[in-house]
Amino acid sequence: MALAPVNQVSGRAVYIPGADIDTDRIIPARFMKCITFDGLGEFAFYDVRFDEHGHRTAHPLNDPRFAGASILLAGLNFGCGSSREHAPQSLRKYGFNGVIAESFAEIFFGNSTTLAMPCVIASAADLAALREQIEADPLTLVTIDVEALRARSSGGLDFPVTMPESAREALVSGRWDPIQELLDNVVAIEAKAVELHYV
Amino acid sequence: MVRRSPPNLGEPSTMGKSLFQKVWESHRVGTLADGRTQLFIGTHLIHEVTSPQAFGMLRDLGLQVKFPQRTFATVDHIVPTVDQDAPQDPLAVAMMTALRENVDEFGITYFDLASGKQGIVHVVGPEQGITQPGTTIACGDSHTATHGAFGAIAFGIGTTQVRDVLASQTLALEALKVRRIEVNGHLAPGVYAKDVILHIIRLLGARGGIGYAYEYAGDVFERMSVEERMTVCNMSIEGGARCGYINPDAKTVEYLRGRPYVDMSDFAATADRWLAFASDADAVYDDLVSIDAASIEPTVTWGISPDQGIAISESVPDPAAAATQIVKDSIVEALAYMKISAGAPIKGVPIDVAFIGSCTNGRLSDFREVAKYLPGHKVAPGVTALAVPGSQIVAIQCENEGLPQIFRDAGFEWRDAGCSMCLAMNPDKLVGDQLCASSSNRNFKGRQGSSTGRTVLMSPLMVAAAAIRGSIADAREVFAMK
Repeated sequence: MALAPVNQVSGRAVYIPGADIDTDRIIPARFMKCITFDGLGEFAFYDVRFDEHGHRTAHPLNDPRFAGASILLAGLNFGCGSSREHAPQSLRKYGFNGVIAESFAEIFFGNSTTLAMPCVIASAADLAALREQIEADPLTLVTIDVEALRARSSGGLDFPVTMPESAREALVSGRWDPIQELLDNVVAIEAKAVELHYV
Repeated sequence: MVRRSPPNLGEPSTMGKSLFQKVWESHRVGTLADGRTQLFIGTHLIHEVTSPQAFGMLRDLGLQVKFPQRTFATVDHIVPTVDQDAPQDPLAVAMMTALRENVDEFGITYFDLASGKQGIVHVVGPEQGITQPGTTIACGDSHTATHGAFGAIAFGIGTTQVRDVLASQTLALEALKVRRIEVNGHLAPGVYAKDVILHIIRLLGARGGIGYAYEYAGDVFERMSVEERMTVCNMSIEGGARCGYINPDAKTVEYLRGRPYVDMSDFAATADRWLAFASDADAVYDDLVSIDAASIEPTVTWGISPDQGIAISESVPDPAAAATQIVKDSIVEALAYMKISAGAPIKGVPIDVAFIGSCTNGRLSDFREVAKYLPGHKVAPGVTALAVPGSQIVAIQCENEGLPQIFRDAGFEWRDAGCSMCLAMNPDKLVGDQLCASSSNRNFKGRQGSSTGRTVLMSPLMVAAAAIRGSIADAREVFAMK
């Protein structure tokens, strides 16, 4: 399956503070009562964007200065908890194209890669410098260069980021959705099924 | 806790293997262009929440289910626990209908509400004997790690990966490192499997397990029943580990003997094959952690991450004493959300709701243990207490032992099987900032259905103690345990 290579993603950025932001926070369970992923975007971070009475909170996603941001900046262990793909799906549909964080929970990372949304890890110091820049100038353009594993800003920052080589390779070679490659190995799959006693 | 460096035993080829390595190697189909392993998934469990979109993708691509006989479905998350088969929520009905249509179209075994075998997917798999040692198990649910209690490599996956398994019975995966966590010694009375795993997560952190499979070893786990082992493995993901397992032994074999999906034609050979997957004595690990069982007390969470736990005798932390800014920020945020004062004892914090159930603690042994202590006690006025069996079979097992009446006499509501109040996709939800003493697995903000609802995780007996006192309590005191 020919997929578009994801060599780099760019846009304005918004920082969502806190460590261990879980997938219940990203998309509360009640919004998973659905049989398609359509429409999940409006519910991203719903319970922290709106208070009990439905009023907008001071959450960064409600800050007009960061409206239209497509790069999400976060802290440690972003996307922990539930395996729900609804979480990266809601971020994608909200308008995010990439995430830079201090670290990621694994299932969230894998789900995001499969949706062509690169998640790269940066040092706390580099992220802090970037946050300072977007806070001072929300129009700062941030680029995640997946191919070179660098993050750059229009304010002159240029620092290294990391991601597992397999994910980088999958993104830049347009193989981020592995289904066709998995299916191509049907002979080996069937042989393995015969070899395993319990299948 | 003691951390040791892994021993250097020479070249990999001469070394023993861990269960993880044995299962991984035996299920490897090949290496993909990006370097990942294509891993055969022997057992695929599906449920109503994370599968409908996967079937939609399958149809869009014109694909079939490759091994429908290795795919098993049940309905758990959205099922009401009162009048199970009559959900009032049209969205719940739509999800149940979609699952029915999908399993019918693709010829998948479905443990539905009428089967007498429905329940939480991680209770049903073991109960049916579908969960077996040395197998790979995937499910669109992060608590799939539960099945590791049998020496399976079991992990949660996203919906696109559910599609991958449906279509190819394989996944593209990166191998994990293995951390062996040894707990040796004796657990004090009133200290349960739940306390052991909450303690481990407290020590190693919610992100300590990223990149690792956890191997739980040592005499504490060897003495545990298979059901207790499931409680431990279940919460591996709360420690950041995608899977956790315990090596299969005679208890594992006895648990599985005679279960519906266990081939009994040559059981001795089957059992030998299972046991051979156990880690070799000279297996090499990427990390080793050792914990003294005597250091573990009944443990409860005080915050909004499962690693924010303390012994019941302790006080919640004071952010002023935090070692780093990140820790300080986390404590401040958690205490503000939980409405608990810095440095205050956790014991005595008033509760509104008590919940015993979930894939962590919704099995027969959980209800049995609580029922031993409940007679003569009453749930405190103003507390809503729910007991929710993990499956229809658990419900029948409990009925056969007269347990529901013991719970009802004490003031609990005895409900039908389902995920219930663990995650608020059914009518069981907190209201406003209610505080729930819960035997479930996550205390995230809003987890139990109210954006200001509060969760304190603990063992089932500690939930019962809190229900009786009307506040977080030490079960050893409430029930005068010796």
